[in-house]
Amino acid sequence: MPSLLPGAALLPALLAGLLIPWSGRAPNLREAWSLLAAAAQCAVVAALAPAALAGPGLETRLLDLSPGVALALRADALGVVFAALSSGLWLLTTVYSIGYVRSLGEHAQTRYFFCFAVAVGAAVGVALAANLLTFFLFYEILTVATYPLVVHKETPAAVRAGRVYLAYTLGAGGALLAGVAATWVVAGTLEFRPGGVLDPATAPAAVLALGALLVLGVAVKAAVMPLHAWLPLAMIAPTPVSALLHAVAVVKAGVFGVLRVVGYVIGPDALAAVGAGGVLAAAAGATIVLASLAALGQDNLKRLLAFSTVSQLSYIVLGAALATPGTLTGAVQHMVNHGTLKISLFFCAGAIYVATGRERVSELGGIGRRLPVTMGAFAVAALALAGTPPAAGFLSKWYLIGGAIEGGAWPAALVYLSSSLLNLAYFFPIVVAAFFRPPPADADLREPSPLLVAPVAITAGAGVLLGLAPNLPVAFLDLAARAAGDVLGAR
Amino acid sequence: MIRDHLPVLLVVVPLLAAILTPLVAAAAPRAVRGLTAGTAVATALLALAGAARVLEAGTQRYHVGGWAPPWGIELVLDPLGAFVAVVVTGVTACGLVYAAGFDDPRLADRQGATAALLLLVLAGLTGMVVAGDLFNLFVFLEVASLASYAVIAVAGGPALLAAFRYVVLGSLGASLYLLGVAYLYFLTGTLNVADLAERVPGADAPRLVATAAGLMAIGLGIKMGVFPLHGWLPDVYTHAPAPVAALLAPVAGKVAAYALARVLFSVLGAGIVVDRSFLALALAWLGAASILAGGVLALRQTDLRRLLAYSSVSQMGYIVLGLGLADATSLAGAYLHVLNHALMKACLFFVAGAAALRLGGARLADLRTMHRRMPLTTLCLVVAALSMIGVPPAGGFFSKWYLLLGALGQERWALAAVILAGGLLAVAYMFRVLEHACLEPRADEDHHPPAPRGGRWAEAGPAMLAPMLLLSAGIVAAGLGNAWIVSAVLLPGVAVGGR
Amino acid sequence: MTGAAAWLAGVGPYWIAILLLALGLYAMIAHGNLMKKLIGLNILQTAVILFFLSASAKWRATLPIVPAAGGAAPPSAYANPLPHALMLTAIVVMVATLGVALALLVRLYRRYGSFEEDVILGRME
Repeated sequence: MPSLLPGAALLPALLAGLLIPWSGRAPNLREAWSLLAAAAQCAVVAALAPAALAGPGLETRLLDLSPGVALALRADALGVVFAALSSGLWLLTTVYSIGYVRSLGEHAQTRYFFCFAVAVGAAVGVALAANLLTFFLFYEILTVATYPLVVHKETPAAVRAGRVYLAYTLGAGGALLAGVAATWVVAGTLEFRPGGVLDPATAPAAVLALGALLVLGVAVKAAVMPLHAWLPLAMIAPTPVSALLHAVAVVKAGVFGVLRVVGYVIGPDALAAVGAGGVLAAAAGATIVLASLAALGQDNLKRLLAFSTVSQLSYIVLGAALATPGTLTGAVQHMVNHGTLKISLFFCAGAIYVATGRERVSELGGIGRRLPVTMGAFAVAALALAGTPPAAGFLSKWYLIGGAIEGGAWPAALVYLSSSLLNLAYFFPIVVAAFFRPPPADADLREPSPLLVAPVAITAGAGVLLGLAPNLPVAFLDLAARAAGDVLGAR
Repeated sequence: MIRDHLPVLLVVVPLLAAILTPLVAAAAPRAVRGLTAGTAVATALLALAGAARVLEAGTQRYHVGGWAPPWGIELVLDPLGAFVAVVVTGVTACGLVYAAGFDDPRLADRQGATAALLLLVLAGLTGMVVAGDLFNLFVFLEVASLASYAVIAVAGGPALLAAFRYVVLGSLGASLYLLGVAYLYFLTGTLNVADLAERVPGADAPRLVATAAGLMAIGLGIKMGVFPLHGWLPDVYTHAPAPVAALLAPVAGKVAAYALARVLFSVLGAGIVVDRSFLALALAWLGAASILAGGVLALRQTDLRRLLAYSSVSQMGYIVLGLGLADATSLAGAYLHVLNHALMKACLFFVAGAAALRLGGARLADLRTMHRRMPLTTLCLVVAALSMIGVPPAGGFFSKWYLLLGALGQERWALAAVILAGGLLAVAYMFRVLEHACLEPRADEDHHPPAPRGGRWAEAGPAMLAPMLLLSAGIVAAGLGNAWIVSAVLLPGVAVGGR
Repeated sequence: MTGAAAWLAGVGPYWIAILLLALGLYAMIAHGNLMKKLIGLNILQTAVILFFLSASAKWRATLPIVPAAGGAAPPSAYANPLPHALMLTAIVVMVATLGVALALLVRLYRRYGSFEEDVILGRME
């Protein structure tokens, strides 16, 4: 159904991008633009949800990008989930960022907030893209907009990390472009269609080539091993950047891409017919286990969280590859749950750094006594992520494991279960050390600014609430089920 | 009345202005810059009018002196020619406005000569676009070339040797082209493009035609700066005065490419360059070699203008590759790249010139602090760089998109891989430039970079900034509007083919 | 006609033109002296013009002018003016190129004191 609303979802970020450099000299005004834009974007995306639940969703068609392919946005169930996640967390991260950069007196703040606005706008564009070319457009803008954030500190290490980031993401962009062009040549259309756009009569070699190129293109951002190396390196960015972009927007764009490619371009049936589903599932499963094991050995807290992210993202990839109603619903839901909980953990890490200057797990002994709210939220979020009922992590794992069993994929169910145990294994010692070791000697350690602590508490609480009431504040669970139904029902 | 004479006016206006300029320079030196820029803008408007006329009324044919072809001289403006004319005159107009604002002491006492020569180059280039027969093409080619040899060397220094090398190689190219024309003339007895298109297929002398085509391709290839015939290019664009390089680099090679396309597709007919004929294969693979060689050579450069010169070699390769693939989509991509590359390269050379003027040099190391002292220039640099890399919605992405579609449609996987590899090379060398211009590495997190020497605000003057910003806007507009350009202008133009 | 004369009247001139072309090309590439390169270029351009003229030479043809009083000869008696006119233009272009190149050489010599390419490159540093 044609409408201006999906296009309007991009406007707040666009306007913020224009106004922020203008207000560079007035920090409060500049930050106000980000906050207003984030709030406006949340409102627009929330307004898109009802139509996405009821039918194919609202659509905006803008100019033609190529003869026959338009710059088009469609707010379908899957897209609205990702857009809502990005928008809501943008609002919280902006509050957190203000506290963080001001407490540390960071340089280049205008550039920081500008790139944030553009990146989140691009993420919403990725979410609502109606065809592969629009998707690609916003995907590349996302890469380019996040680069200045990764190299923000401008130290030689940061610049090197930025180069690796670009090499991986723009390299994958090349593969993605090849896949998009090949799709046009093979299928004659680039529109996202639930169940896939490929003619059943397409040659298996073509399907395999298309699938390989497209999945390779999105798998780098989705941090599937062995393409994950950029993510731990990118942790050199300031923590709010790591939080939103690398736990939510950039990597979620990657797994979102995997869901789109598997569900709406190639189609689960075609994927299974050429046997590629198994390869993808195997890669995802290996990533889940290996990344969890790597997390066990990390001393730097952010790197530990990075490997945890790598592992958790492949929950979603595995769910997409298995393609049963349960796993697809669980995969979409896990996007939201993991995003909320992981951002909470990153917020904690940043708050700890601002308050104490400490980055290493080994230095966190007794911190919980001095920073009870922060570490309390960390404990809650960590347990929730590991799958403790009734929090959110448990709910998405329930769907994923249930879906895996119903599809007969016992090894996958086993991988999910063992990963939960590994999660506990690397999070538990942190929590225990923080609360049950003697507090550190410095007497003036205390909770940092409320601008930092409030988002920590809110996200951790949201993580629990999403488990109890998964359809608040946006109908996430229903939308996820709707998306799964669309993809599988089109058979 | 003007509308009827548009093809010839495109040549006559800059030519007359070029002749008048030395007189004006002697009488009223301050008026020279305005006269030059004004003429270029007027020519650009004429080109736009010509394009509009062609779109509504079809190919325009102009008989000089009233003599009918094939005995008289004919000037032809067809859709693709009009497109190229608009690109060339538009970018040249921006370049001359930029030159008007470029206050380089080395050029101060040679303004009249520089201006006259640049207008001659413009006249030569537009003449090449509208020429309706092969010999006039040669004449206008040499007019443009000779004027460019001279204007490159106008400020002396290392440019002298670069210009000499260019004279030698460029004249070699023109002579080879002339030899090819000789073959065709003695085969068919005519030089008129439309007439040749009818007679060449019937003459039934495939080896002769192939030799002629090869000679003309090599000759024009030298002018285009395709690998391995690019030897003159890096030195010329590194040492020529900045406004001169900014004007020549984006357009000169393109017109030669257009001439080659016309010769191959209109004169020799579709039969010679389709379906993996030897010539098509050679073009496609030479283009591929250019893309890779130019990109790899650009990686190691420490001087921004030299880097841009090698980048031009690489980007010209895309155009040649599109000609070699020879189907409608690839040709549309090649012509779109003519537009996109002209816009991006002009913008980049403008930035390089402004940086050299304000920051003291054009080496990459000199670009430090550019983002603080020249923020608007840096913005233009970023937009143009993103277009070179191929980030949508900037224009550069879309020409690669069509080329990729063409290559995949013909199942030529290796060429598709080269197109993508070229994009990655562009990422590597452009991001080096961006790193130098936009980042100021610090030893550790708390160390602040030293204040820039020589004062803070050093932004380029308005006459330099305005063309840069206009081109940057044009890059984005060319990207967003590319579907219209392709479907309304390029695809119909390519289908028309012969004249 | 003797063999040599027949050859000269037939394909001979073309072979000579090609030989000159190769000679000019060799001179352009092999010599480091800029003046010699220029001479080589000139030889090459002359060779092309010679090629063209050889092909348009016509045995026992007359000027292509029809007398006002009438009495035009059959077309085969007239020489084709077009290639000759073209080559006049080409010669002019060649001379103009020569002029520009010589001007550059004069300035190079004044600036660097030599015509040898490597010497000039050395003095440029």
